[in-house]
Amino acid sequence: MYYYVKSLQYPINIKHRNPNLAKVIISQYGGPDGELAASLRYLSQRFGMPDKNSKAVLNDIGTEELAHLEMVGTLVHQLTDGASIEELEKAGLGPYYTDHGVGVYPQAAAGYPFNANCLAVKGDPVADLTEDMAAEQKARATYEKLIDLCRDDPEVVDVLRYLREREVVHFQRFGEALNGVQEKLYQRNVYLTQNGMNQGCGCQNNN
Amino acid sequence: MNNSCCSNDMNMSQEALLKEIMAFNFAINDLVLYLDTHPCDACAIKMHSEYSQKVQNLIEEYQRLYGPLTVNFTSTGNTWQWSKEPWPWERGAY
Repeated sequence: MYYYVKSLQYPINIKHRNPNLAKVIISQYGGPDGELAASLRYLSQRFGMPDKNSKAVLNDIGTEELAHLEMVGTLVHQLTDGASIEELEKAGLGPYYTDHGVGVYPQAAAGYPFNANCLAVKGDPVADLTEDMAAEQKARATYEKLIDLCRDDPEVVDVLRYLREREVVHFQRFGEALNGVQEKLYQRNVYLTQNGMNQGCGCQNNN
Repeated sequence: MNNSCCSNDMNMSQEALLKEIMAFNFAINDLVLYLDTHPCDACAIKMHSEYSQKVQNLIEEYQRLYGPLTVNFTSTGNTWQWSKEPWPWERGAY
């Protein structure tokens, strides 16, 4: 179950409204490599993980992605909050305003709504963890493109840099989880079952 | 609506305490991910325990002075404080 903590993971207080930036940042809310996709991917894949380390990594990174979803939504909200119709039109947000006003809707920068086709749950730990590593790199690359586009607002760039850095850490942890799964798969164990993979704490001297 | 910081602004000491809590929570989160794949690192386990104890004390202090951060809190008076305090996505609130 989940409890809400009434704070962001990293402080956001954007002083200069800018709907142009919100229009592209929203991709990390509901786009193919965004935080909604990430949290759904990991929190769904965790049920199929075979060992203690990979279950924990997917559970805990999936949870952190929910905090990032809130941060990206906060950026979009603060960048559009109080904008006039003229400002929204000038930013090309007339079509968005038609359907969503200045609400925060999960969609990609190009305008199409969130779709779970952008993630996979294969029920195979090697396939799933490999996808997760790629997903972190795609999210890292997306944040770098957003940093390019938001280069004139240091407050926004600061938050995007933080989120980018977390993708790098997550990639590292998924790689370690994948190594752990593969080490156990390569062990001499003719009865290679999920139960067999649940033993040990993951340390080399305690398999 | 005003685009500059406004009624949601916290006073300096409230903001400083909240940011300290956020920093500890971040450090704990990062240690949790590390320990998920390095569960036998005694040094990291010790650090996680110390930070968890420290942040627990800070959260209690914050809630006593400024209002709830989680749904586990004791109300003072007859006003519902959970929805009264600003939400993190509002400008000046974090």
